[in-house]
Amino acid sequence: MRRARTPEGPNYGAAILFLLPAAILLVVFLLYPALYTILLSFNRGRNGVFSEWVGLDNYTRLFTDPDFINLSSFPPSGALWNNVLWIVFYTSIVIFLGLIIAVVAARVRYESILKAIVFIPMAIAATALAVIWKFVYAPDANIGLLNALLGTIGIAPISWLGDENLVNFALIAVGIWGSVGFATVILSAAVKSIPAEVIESARVEGATERQIFFRMILPMVSLPISVLAVTLVVNVIKLFDLIYVMTAGGPGKASRVIAFTMYQQAFQAGQYGYGSAVAVVMLVVLIPIMIYNVRRFRTGAVT
Amino acid sequence: MSVLAESLAGSRPRTPAARAVAALNRSVIHVALGLIGVIWLVPTIGLLVTSFRPRSDIQATGWWDIFALHLTLDNYRQVLEAQGMLQAFVNTVFIAVPSTVLPLAICALAAYAFSWVRFPFRDTLFLIVIAFLLVPVQVAFIPLLTMSRDLLPDLQLTRGYVAIWLAHTAFALPFGIFLLRNFFITLPPDMIEAARIDGASDFRVFSQIVVPVSVPAIAAYGIFQFLWVWNDLLMALVFVQDSSKFPMTRAIQNLLSQYGTEWHLLAAGAFLLMIVPLIVFFSLQRYFVQGLLAGSIK
Repeated sequence: MRRARTPEGPNYGAAILFLLPAAILLVVFLLYPALYTILLSFNRGRNGVFSEWVGLDNYTRLFTDPDFINLSSFPPSGALWNNVLWIVFYTSIVIFLGLIIAVVAARVRYESILKAIVFIPMAIAATALAVIWKFVYAPDANIGLLNALLGTIGIAPISWLGDENLVNFALIAVGIWGSVGFATVILSAAVKSIPAEVIESARVEGATERQIFFRMILPMVSLPISVLAVTLVVNVIKLFDLIYVMTAGGPGKASRVIAFTMYQQAFQAGQYGYGSAVAVVMLVVLIPIMIYNVRRFRTGAVT
Repeated sequence: MSVLAESLAGSRPRTPAARAVAALNRSVIHVALGLIGVIWLVPTIGLLVTSFRPRSDIQATGWWDIFALHLTLDNYRQVLEAQGMLQAFVNTVFIAVPSTVLPLAICALAAYAFSWVRFPFRDTLFLIVIAFLLVPVQVAFIPLLTMSRDLLPDLQLTRGYVAIWLAHTAFALPFGIFLLRNFFITLPPDMIEAARIDGASDFRVFSQIVVPVSVPAIAAYGIFQFLWVWNDLLMALVFVQDSSKFPMTRAIQNLLSQYGTEWHLLAAGAFLLMIVPLIVFFSLQRYFVQGLLAGSIK
């Protein structure tokens, strides 16, 4: 006989059936491999298997490797430092431009067209972005648009991607170009959610446009901005395709980032234990953001 | 024009001088926004024009020199046939379709359980899913390759598509479950209870009520996942080892490392990679933007 089911009672059968495919895949492809990688990072890891326990050896090597992080020179260098450059410049400029475009474009009739134009790079593969911008940056002034423009004001062609002092900023500019549309769309929705009466009453009380922007619009979009900032920081830590295609970490090792170092060490140099340590560093850097997300979700669920 | 935009534009200027200043301000805004439009369009247009120019022209003059413009389809013919981009296009489709359909199905099932099935530790398990959202794929690469090599050597998973299908599916789950669950819980409980009182099983409630009314959310997620996979390079680098099965992203990367400055081939190849995402973008813009906005947490 079928048992009558109350909505309150647990239904183990259905829970298991509906969750089983996801649970199996998550355990086999994510949870177990993640634990394996953490253990492997304390091992020599020849061939990807546990060959020789080396304790913290991989980590001490990693943090004393000037190609990974070199704080003794000025400016500092190394893959991890390049991620810091990306976080500082990419995140702040994307949010700044996104907010400006969102606020200013709201005042013109072609707002939706402009937002669509700025958004298009979001649809395009990083591999294609890389080709588009390698072409813009081409050192030959007959081919590269940027050097052709500089030529018209008498500046000799610059090797944007071949100069180790410029390469990171040239790459960050491409990253910004690719992400501003995303920031614009998110912030535009936030700006438009501010009730017009609130702003109108401030104006009646004599507030200037500048005061309205800094004292009213900015505080009210601060939550979307913080969510956006977190997303952009995560993008930077996972950044790989663009660097791999545009410069392969070069010239020399000047434009490497952490995700590139992981791929390079594990799959090109065959140093699996060392590569695992880099992957674990990526995970550790992301843990505070995971906690932030879980907290944000829990408070959201409570209220 | 939105209400906010009007209020931002300020009260109407009263004197001729104030009106002139306001007009100047407006023209500054138009120039600045026009410049932004140009900066965001021109690089892509430059590559598009280049993809139709003969190789000798590309070496001789810039693409912006409209007096030297001769158009040809030779670059596309060459890249599709001689450089194998046609095969790579087919490979990308072969990788992207199962890597979209599988996560959609598995995520929808799991999201239903997290929304409408009661079981112990449901909320705790869901918080674990949220924590998994940010786990970088890099932490799984080495063990997955080692496992497929040592445990299943005869299957040669990375020689075919199975490895990349499964890897894309597994890594898509936390986000897909999160997104669909957040949509499913907004459905009216009465609708689901009514079906259950009528004796519908959970699978019937899922397939005949929850999925049909959630098509917009499922479509938004499906488009997001499809473009994610279509545009991916990293996973293909790790999980596709047979060069005859490389997707377009890898084929273009190969073109670039072999002939770094053969712009006629690179431009045509890049446009073949971009064409499907651009069509999706222009035809399904609303779903696409929704998917990406919801995907902002990924």
